Amino acid sequence: MDQLSALEDQSIYIFREAFNRLDKLAMLWSIGKDSNVMLWLARKAFFGHVPFPVVHVDTHHKIPEMIEFRDRMAKEWKLDLVLGENRAALDAGMGPARGRITCCTALKTEGLKSVIGENGFTAVFAGIRRDEDGTRAKERVFSPRTENAEWDFRDQPPEFWDQFKTTFPPGTSLRVHPILHWTELDVWRYIRRENIPLVDLYFSKNGRRYRSLGCAPCTASIESTASTVDEIIAELERSNTSERAGRAQDKVSEDAFERLRAGGYM
Amino acid sequence: MNAISPQRLSSQRRLPIVIVGHVDHGKSTLVGRLLNDTGSLPEGKVEAMREMSRRRGMPFEWSFVMDALQAERDQGITIDTTQVRFQTATRPYVIIDAPGHKEFLKNMVTGAASADAALLVIDVTEGALEQSRRHAYLLHLLGVRQVAVVINKMDMCDFSEARYHDVAKGILGYLEEIGVRPSAVVPISARHGNNIVTRCKHMDWYSGPTVAEALDNFLPPKSLTDQPLRFPIQDIYKFDERRIIAGRIESGALAVGDTLTFSPGGRTAKIVTIESWNEPEARTQAVAGQSVGITLDQQIFIERGHIAARAEARPIETHSIRVNLFWLGHEPLVVGRSYILKLGTAEHDVTVQAVERVIDVEDLSGRGGDRVERNGVGEVVLHSRSTLVVDDFGDFSRTGRAVLVDGYDVVGGCIIQKPKTDEMPAHNLIATAHTLTAEERSISNGHQGGILWLTGLSGSGKSTLAMGLERELFRKGVQICALDGDAVRQGLNVDLGFSPEHRSENIRRVAQVARLFAESGMIVVTAFISPTRADRAIAREIGGSFFHEVHVAADLDTCETRDAKGLYKKARTGLIPEFTGVSAPYEAPVNPELVLDTGKISAEGSLADLARYTELALIRPARRGSKTKAV
Repeated sequence: MDQLSALEDQSIYIFREAFNRLDKLAMLWSIGKDSNVMLWLARKAFFGHVPFPVVHVDTHHKIPEMIEFRDRMAKEWKLDLVLGENRAALDAGMGPARGRITCCTALKTEGLKSVIGENGFTAVFAGIRRDEDGTRAKERVFSPRTENAEWDFRDQPPEFWDQFKTTFPPGTSLRVHPILHWTELDVWRYIRRENIPLVDLYFSKNGRRYRSLGCAPCTASIESTASTVDEIIAELERSNTSERAGRAQDKVSEDAFERLRAGGYM
Repeated sequence: MNAISPQRLSSQRRLPIVIVGHVDHGKSTLVGRLLNDTGSLPEGKVEAMREMSRRRGMPFEWSFVMDALQAERDQGITIDTTQVRFQTATRPYVIIDAPGHKEFLKNMVTGAASADAALLVIDVTEGALEQSRRHAYLLHLLGVRQVAVVINKMDMCDFSEARYHDVAKGILGYLEEIGVRPSAVVPISARHGNNIVTRCKHMDWYSGPTVAEALDNFLPPKSLTDQPLRFPIQDIYKFDERRIIAGRIESGALAVGDTLTFSPGGRTAKIVTIESWNEPEARTQAVAGQSVGITLDQQIFIERGHIAARAEARPIETHSIRVNLFWLGHEPLVVGRSYILKLGTAEHDVTVQAVERVIDVEDLSGRGGDRVERNGVGEVVLHSRSTLVVDDFGDFSRTGRAVLVDGYDVVGGCIIQKPKTDEMPAHNLIATAHTLTAEERSISNGHQGGILWLTGLSGSGKSTLAMGLERELFRKGVQICALDGDAVRQGLNVDLGFSPEHRSENIRRVAQVARLFAESGMIVVTAFISPTRADRAIAREIGGSFFHEVHVAADLDTCETRDAKGLYKKARTGLIPEFTGVSAPYEAPVNPELVLDTGKISAEGSLADLARYTELALIRPARRGSKTKAV
């Protein structure tokens, strides 16, 4: 079996375990390439169906093309789309000018916590990958969060032989990571193999493209001429820089991303 | 190291390896060196780190490389399994870092369980220490069969061949005993890069592989497709008109038209389709490792946890398994305690029947006991009331292993031993019977049903013994219930008095009730004076083969001296007529199955004797009985 099929089979196994063992599931959909691949894998696992709501936390700072894409695909794929936001913070004018970490925490982390709370979700699928960042490398596939959505990376449950921790004290919420074991290149190769639709922003226009998508003020495009999936794969095979290099909130301090994640960020 | 194009390399499967060994024996240094010497670090990385060390006024260490890559140098969170990628000329690797510190065993297990091969690092100046041995032992339990030993810090012993052989001999002897045959024992100096990728001129006496060559000699995991089919059901979906049986093929292969046999129970059905989504054409077959969904030609009763196989090569159905276990729980594993066994997609409540051996990883000696402590390993017998569907780990790595859960937490992992020949489970015996038999009940319960009929004078200790036995055996997972005279007289026999006729009727009814309980598989322990031989003979007749007479034989003086309820005093003053031993006779049993002289032996001692008798008479025979039947 080739690498991509092996990755796909493992992800499907994780989806099906979560779907069987956990109640009140939802999937986080950031509209980025990883969450599109994750959504695609869910449809593989459940034979064309997505049997749980798909949650998008809207910071109202997203790049407009992303919202257009979200609404188009949700209709086409018959998704049960649930939108979340931190209304209070938005009304109070929250934005990156108040500090990038503050903004990320308010609009994304708090927005996520409130949509989880309002809908009573006990577990959410998140499309993070180990190769993105040192702190994500430490993640478990089934990763518990405390009542305050905090992540205790120092004391994580053992996880082996594909036996995941599926029972928790009341109040725990769970993140499930179906593509944790994929790399950025794996994701692109799978997009090519399966012909998965993506936001146009990933493809080069006028010598620039986005490698990672977030909010407009904090996501920088990179210099690139890659305008097709094949060209992006070729570019990545030569590249030596990090994928999140264009994400400003990670760079506020050396451990900024880790602090964001310990507080409940994806 | 650059002979192969990066493109070809990265589309190859990364071989996951784990590096284990005692803390401070040089694992991180080895990783840093491997990354550097295979040309896998970004350009300028090492220079930047040397510069940083210089600024901080500390000597550069190769172990900084990994710390820096994981951006965890300052946060001090190197305690968890992290993943580092590198590649040799032959293929890409991912290193799953396993911390050496003892408390972090669960992280080591998490990392090592997903590795295809391992490097065991040993400091030549110290030899294999306790942690080295524990890690080696765990590799073996986790099923990591490809191991190379790396003897580090050879520069500290002047690259001495004699010292190398000395340390190698020690660890090789140990590994052989646990059934691990290392592919190489490489003498290195990680700090100086000797024998990592390039050969070391100080060790020309060594002609074996370098670390990089030893890695490249590891084989990719063997496909399990050639083994007999094991297809555990993960879920059953009815999203639309299809009833799809979903699961991952753990070994073997299946194809449309195949007849599957499902365990437990042995129901069969034929595969009509292999379902999929967004694939150019319908699948007609599937192999080990694939997550698939199938539809069947019949709507049979099957559910998550059942395993599909071929009729001629089915997994074992049993209620009791002997396992090799590693324990991660904060509380020790204790005989008599119950846990959840997660076996593939199945979950069972299991009770620890016996700890046969607690293994000292230092010298591999085993001793008995009733518990396995945190981070310990041992050989344990688990009993389940539900039917376990298992394989011998030696034959089927995927369906021959399980984890144990206590409360919310995964607390241990185990691999299942081949049942001994005289313990072969009673395979298809159960599925075909239409009504439950006593034998089926006893196999599931792990003991037979039975009646322990305690007889003796008032105050001899019958009730105390009955309650004590109930408590002790209940703890071990035995289905047991005590029937006490006072309780029965307040309910079932409230219409009866103490005339000889009523006393006989009292005993008859109790015997009937006890028989019903015993037939349903329970052990019943009754506490009634039952003074006459005639009444007990009737009880024995009703109880049949379930009946065990136990004479609680404290003499009258002892009982009267105790007189806990003040009954003897009342009887002596005539307040209670026809009181056994005072104003009515007690006819001691002529030939009881057991005599407990509670006048001479302490209450605890008598309880122990009664428990031992119950074990021999009702529990052990069931365990033997469940295993001696041929398939």
